[in-house]
Amino acid sequence: MELLAESLSILARWDVVLALLVGSVGGVLIGAIPGVGPAVAIAILLPATFSMDPIVGLTVLLGIYGSSMYGGAIPAILINTPGTAVNALTTYDGYPMTARGEPRRALSLAYSASFFGGVFSVICLILFAPVLARIAPLFGSREIFLAALLGIVLVVVAHRGQTLIAGALAGLGIFIQTIGLEPVKYSQRYTFEQPFLSGGIDLIVVVLGLFALSQAFILLTSVDETVRTTRLRGGLFQGLRELARHPRVAGVSASFGVVMGMIPGVGEFTAQFMSYTYAQRSSKRPEDFGHGSSEGLIAAETANNAVPAAAMVPLLALGIPGEALTAMMLSVFYVHNVVPGPGLFQNDMDFIVALYLALLILNVLVLAFLLIATRPLVQVVKIPNRFLGVCILTLSFVGVYSLRNSATDCLIAAGFGIFGYVLKRLSLPIVPIILGMVLGGIMEVKLRAGMARVREPFDFIDRPVAFILFCLILLVLGLHARRVWSEARDLKGAEEQLRHRPGRFGGLMARRMGALEKARLKTVRARHARRAK
Amino acid sequence: MTTERERRFVGPRRGQLLFALGFLLISVILLAQIGEQTRWVNGTQLAAQPRFWPAVGLIMMVVMGGLHLWRLPWRRVSRDDRAETWRWAQALEFAGWFMAYVLLVPILGYLPMTLIFVPALAWRMGYRSRAILAISLAFAFAVVVLFKSVLSVRIPGGLVYDYLPGAVRSFFILNF
Repeated sequence: MELLAESLSILARWDVVLALLVGSVGGVLIGAIPGVGPAVAIAILLPATFSMDPIVGLTVLLGIYGSSMYGGAIPAILINTPGTAVNALTTYDGYPMTARGEPRRALSLAYSASFFGGVFSVICLILFAPVLARIAPLFGSREIFLAALLGIVLVVVAHRGQTLIAGALAGLGIFIQTIGLEPVKYSQRYTFEQPFLSGGIDLIVVVLGLFALSQAFILLTSVDETVRTTRLRGGLFQGLRELARHPRVAGVSASFGVVMGMIPGVGEFTAQFMSYTYAQRSSKRPEDFGHGSSEGLIAAETANNAVPAAAMVPLLALGIPGEALTAMMLSVFYVHNVVPGPGLFQNDMDFIVALYLALLILNVLVLAFLLIATRPLVQVVKIPNRFLGVCILTLSFVGVYSLRNSATDCLIAAGFGIFGYVLKRLSLPIVPIILGMVLGGIMEVKLRAGMARVREPFDFIDRPVAFILFCLILLVLGLHARRVWSEARDLKGAEEQLRHRPGRFGGLMARRMGALEKARLKTVRARHARRAK
Repeated sequence: MTTERERRFVGPRRGQLLFALGFLLISVILLAQIGEQTRWVNGTQLAAQPRFWPAVGLIMMVVMGGLHLWRLPWRRVSRDDRAETWRWAQALEFAGWFMAYVLLVPILGYLPMTLIFVPALAWRMGYRSRAILAISLAFAFAVVVLFKSVLSVRIPGGLVYDYLPGAVRSFFILNF
């Protein structure tokens, strides 16, 4: 009770309340504009939050992270374009509902499901916090190294079909963080005798380049699309009642979101697809999925909104970010000398509970805002793409230049912007680079510290948590190897089948038969028309 | 005809081969530089060697980048690849706009330069209506006020502000 009172006193400040409002409303707006997304917004705002109190800065960023998915559902449902990448699955059932004249129902369901997912995950984490406080001190240097290694392995294997290039890009991230003055022997690494490289390459410069500038380039080189929005009539409260009719789907999807959010590198996509698959398999009407199923919409929206709070667990408990957004938030902690990890749970539990409570309040604020402001909010999807690109390019300047007032930083960011643009054009992953940079830095320090007390290689995993993590790494690699092997076998089978398929002659015959059938139908229709006259 | 391997490839075909080749080439060049660009300290554990982590990153880049190239279903550079390279070059123009903005802000000042930059780029993108240009100006002004005046983000005053009279000069340096 005392802890709760202390946490509430942290939140009961005007600047924190303002941060909650700005974060929640700003996040919804950013989510609702296709082409911006929370990563771009957080990257731009990151340097501005450095001058704020840690709880204020983190509340703004968490607000944007947590509420952008609410906003992202609006264009996904109304114009079949997800506002943020994680709303892609919402289009499956949300847009068909709009197409059959039920946009209000779809939006209301999406908001209710998102609210349930968000609140469920925060409550789980508040209840789980004391357990984390007990587990976190069991993590020493070796365990944190192995957890970071597990994070990198998970990030790489999570990119199905792109594992090799994801691994190579994670390697690039690890390499980039080593550039500059090495911390122990003070020798230069890959500076090519250039003074500007001695200080290393800043994570925020890379983040801004890869996320914000690349997105600006993508928008500036694209064409403007004509967007037609649907008029919304009536109230938006019916979703809460409909959600109550599907407690199993909502509960299981939120649980998937919480569990998947806690695992580094897995995140919203896996949680959503698992929940969606579960909802479809357990539904009485699986044929409705993809055609406007309320269960499908609930599964997708509940799962993705349960992730942000859960993603804070590895960050706060171990100092290990699970994905790009929490990696950016880590830099806010470092700037304020708040070191996430086991010590934070032991010494600053009130700060952690305050963060969780902020997330809880945020969900209430966002829902209230959306119920009032959805109709005017729909208009933001009409902002032209390329004008949005102009805005992002302008805002990126503040992000990069305000760090050190360095034009060189801006040049490096522009370089990474072009690299990110190429990666986005080729649909290659960007997140492994960021996590490689962050986790690579953690791994370097922790391995060095951990090895200092190790005489034989097996000493490294002689503690229970280290042994469990080591086994988990082996398990993930083993499962991935099995999947690769089965996919290779499947591919071989498919290619074999293709080789023995009827050749071009069969295809030509089929086309000719189709043409004859069409001609016959045309004649019959013409005959009927003549008779009708 | 599209093969099954090509069909199952995640992402578009265009540009993949050029990217994989370029990535591998740069990775190999960087790895070849490891002897000159990093140190090996005698009598120090492998994990504490300054060379260890750059080597880990670069070996991952070379090995996995190489395997990615080997596993690519395409072996020849096509017309689409060349068109894609041209598309990549188009982004350079906007990187140029960005760098021009960066270099001119310390001279002309954040507010005047932003008021020029946003409408000029909007004009370049083909927006000619008065409404959009007015929105551009309003956006530029709002950005400067929000970040420089409200959030006190560190952006130095422009050199031209030195020509302003005393109190106005301080006001401009502090807020715009």
